[in-house]
Amino acid sequence: MENSLDPALPLLEVRGISKSFGAVRALQEVDFTLRAGEIHALLGENGAGKSTLIKVVTGVFARDAGIVRISGEEIAPRSAKAALGAGIATVYQEVNLLPNLSVAQNLFLDRQPMRFGIVREGEMRRRAKALLADFDLDIDVAAPLGNYSVAIQHVTAIARAVDLSARVLILDEPTASLDRHEVEILFGIMRKLARRGIGIVFVSHFLDQVYEISDRITVLRNGRLVGERETASLPRLELIRMMLGRELAETTSARAATREHSAREVCASFENYGKAGYVAPFSLELRHGEVVGLAGLLGSGRTETARLVFGAERADRGQARVEGAAVRLQSPRDGVRHGFGYCPEERKTDGIVAELSVRENIVLALQAKRGLYLPLSRREQDEIARRYVKMLDIRPPDPERPVGLLSGGNQQKVLLARWLATSPRLLVLDEPTRGIDVGAHAEIIRLIRELCDDGLSLLVISSELDEIVTYSDRVVVLRDRAHIEELAGEAIDVGNILAAIAADSAAVALEAHT
Amino acid sequence: MKGLPPVLITAIVLVAGFALCAMQFPNIASTRVVGNLLTDNAFLGIVATGMTFVIISGGIDLSVGSVIGFTTVFVALAIERWGVPPLVAFVAILALSAAFGAAMGAVIHVFDLPPFIVTLAGMFLARGASFLLSTESVPITAPVYSTVSDFALRMPGGGRLTAIAIIMLVIVIGGALLLHLTRFGANVYALGGSRVTASLMGVAVGKMTVKIYMLSSLLAGIAGIVFSFYTSAGYSLSAVGVELDSIAAVVIGGTLLTGGQGSVIGTFLGVLIQGMIQTYINFDGTLSSWWTKIATGVLLFAFIALQQGLVALARRPVTKSAGAAS
Repeated sequence: MENSLDPALPLLEVRGISKSFGAVRALQEVDFTLRAGEIHALLGENGAGKSTLIKVVTGVFARDAGIVRISGEEIAPRSAKAALGAGIATVYQEVNLLPNLSVAQNLFLDRQPMRFGIVREGEMRRRAKALLADFDLDIDVAAPLGNYSVAIQHVTAIARAVDLSARVLILDEPTASLDRHEVEILFGIMRKLARRGIGIVFVSHFLDQVYEISDRITVLRNGRLVGERETASLPRLELIRMMLGRELAETTSARAATREHSAREVCASFENYGKAGYVAPFSLELRHGEVVGLAGLLGSGRTETARLVFGAERADRGQARVEGAAVRLQSPRDGVRHGFGYCPEERKTDGIVAELSVRENIVLALQAKRGLYLPLSRREQDEIARRYVKMLDIRPPDPERPVGLLSGGNQQKVLLARWLATSPRLLVLDEPTRGIDVGAHAEIIRLIRELCDDGLSLLVISSELDEIVTYSDRVVVLRDRAHIEELAGEAIDVGNILAAIAADSAAVALEAHT
Repeated sequence: MKGLPPVLITAIVLVAGFALCAMQFPNIASTRVVGNLLTDNAFLGIVATGMTFVIISGGIDLSVGSVIGFTTVFVALAIERWGVPPLVAFVAILALSAAFGAAMGAVIHVFDLPPFIVTLAGMFLARGASFLLSTESVPITAPVYSTVSDFALRMPGGGRLTAIAIIMLVIVIGGALLLHLTRFGANVYALGGSRVTASLMGVAVGKMTVKIYMLSSLLAGIAGIVFSFYTSAGYSLSAVGVELDSIAAVVIGGTLLTGGQGSVIGTFLGVLIQGMIQTYINFDGTLSSWWTKIATGVLLFAFIALQQGLVALARRPVTKSAGAAS
């Protein structure tokens, strides 16, 4: 406790942390410094390494290299419990408490006040009440935690952590499911704790909140440290550039000549399409042979738009048309029936079936489309698998190999093949290049181009703005779950997209939240 | 809380059922019948108390019926054939069954196996072992048995509260206190809420698992001794299917099969409901005793449907705000 008051020593010091999972380098020599009494935002897109960094610091993952110091003292926690012992507590988005126990039991689990082997329920409730009063919360602590809102559960989790003498508090997306008023309450508590000298790491993808609450910002990108800045002196555009873009000069060359597509036929259109609390109504036309890119920050509504378009989520307003005819998209099945395909972001959990062979994975969607009564013969399956393995250059070129043994890029190609086998008219790709090595990256982009030359319509989501700029004929920019701008032709460049994302009008967003 | 807690619903079913029975057969509403009901279901009440802990912690114990069977055979042989003093035999079998439960708990935790499989293996093991000891019914003639059988507290109205009924009531009350008032009890609920979260919050999940299954087997051992008092014999085929009766009692008593919620009192009421149905059928005289099983089955369905309804109701506001990230 003594040296934590020494202002020269940072409260939490992370130096040169590296962590790999197999061939994937999740963190490369990342530094991070947290001072006592500061609120420090840790930012980055999906896959930037935020979660990995947190898990390394809290002992959930073992680190490959680097050191962690707390108040100058080196620590190497091997479990979340050990990290807590060292004074580092984490509160996750999904509250890690027990909803079936009372609030008081949650606060004092395994350290309840006892007398003669009996829990002193009254004393425990009194203490719980007093503890929560410190956080301006006056609730019935005898009621099950699950009866209360997520906001109250978060505060309870924070109260428990602080009461367990945490000096470093890591809040991972604490505001994701809170409303405006609840966020205010949480921020009030964070400021109060910071004044007491607790260092708070704040992970969020809500930039408004980051600017409102944080003192400093650290940005990660692709497992590397991009920079550490004072919040007050970091313009929003600059911040978004740190998160999404590389150097601007580097990217402008990549864009190929724009193709003229406005004359092409409309493949699918969505008028005033949306779902309350999910994505604000948008209008979108997708033409044959055209790539439309969806750009925006994490949580801006990109994946939500894709899921609505495919039918994985039901819209509650608006009209969808396919080749001019009005259709209803109630389920993924409807999407498939109308010739749509969807390659989700989470390949491993939502896409491939790792245990099945390349062939079986490829014919999956086609078989589903035909129905179970018209089985594909083995010869047809072999034929299809061979064709796509060759066409997409899937390696190793062995259709019988379990997909789980392939590299990320080749898994992505298998997913593509699966949908191509159904001869779709529209393919939705969510982060097709995530977690793929550089070589395969270029190949996927080349494929995207070739596919649309064949008349396919593509809707592509990517956090890599350079990439979107390279292949898109039009780019829809999203922010706060609403489509805010559509760029076409010469207007498509990284600078314009960044400017659109950073534009400072919150008015558009309001609709999406109500 | 939304609506009635499940325990209250169980209590209402019991009272209403008892009132219906008493309307048809006024004699049912006597301390004599109630005393017999407690005596007849003493072993079930004891073993179901242990099962309540297991199920609240998110597990299941299928071995208890076999442990009861093994206990009766062991006790009978020890007293009648091996000449062991009854008290020593009791202590030995309780130590043995506690160790058996601890072993199952350890296997479940260390190898991260589903409790269903591990205790299923335990069920075959204990039943097989009891056949190994003896395949025939061994009558117990020790004096302590007749003393205990004769002992009873007179209740007003001529009813007898027998020794084994008293043992059961003491264990039910003790179990309720243990579950609701101690740190151990709170940890049982914590485990049922989420093992991962409980361990993150500092609960020694491994130790708890061992202790919970140890408690269940220990109570099954006590139930076995009580059963041997009840029948004055040891038989390897006794108490077949009691694990299922006790699970039924626990569920009817309002304990969530998925863990995290429930009470010992509810389980006790569940045992009484099963006993009441049996008593009714005995009074009727024309009904096959298998109607007990049918009525229990119907009640089980009703309670599980009710619980699912309550769970769905409780979850609704939470899931609405989930699923945000792009």
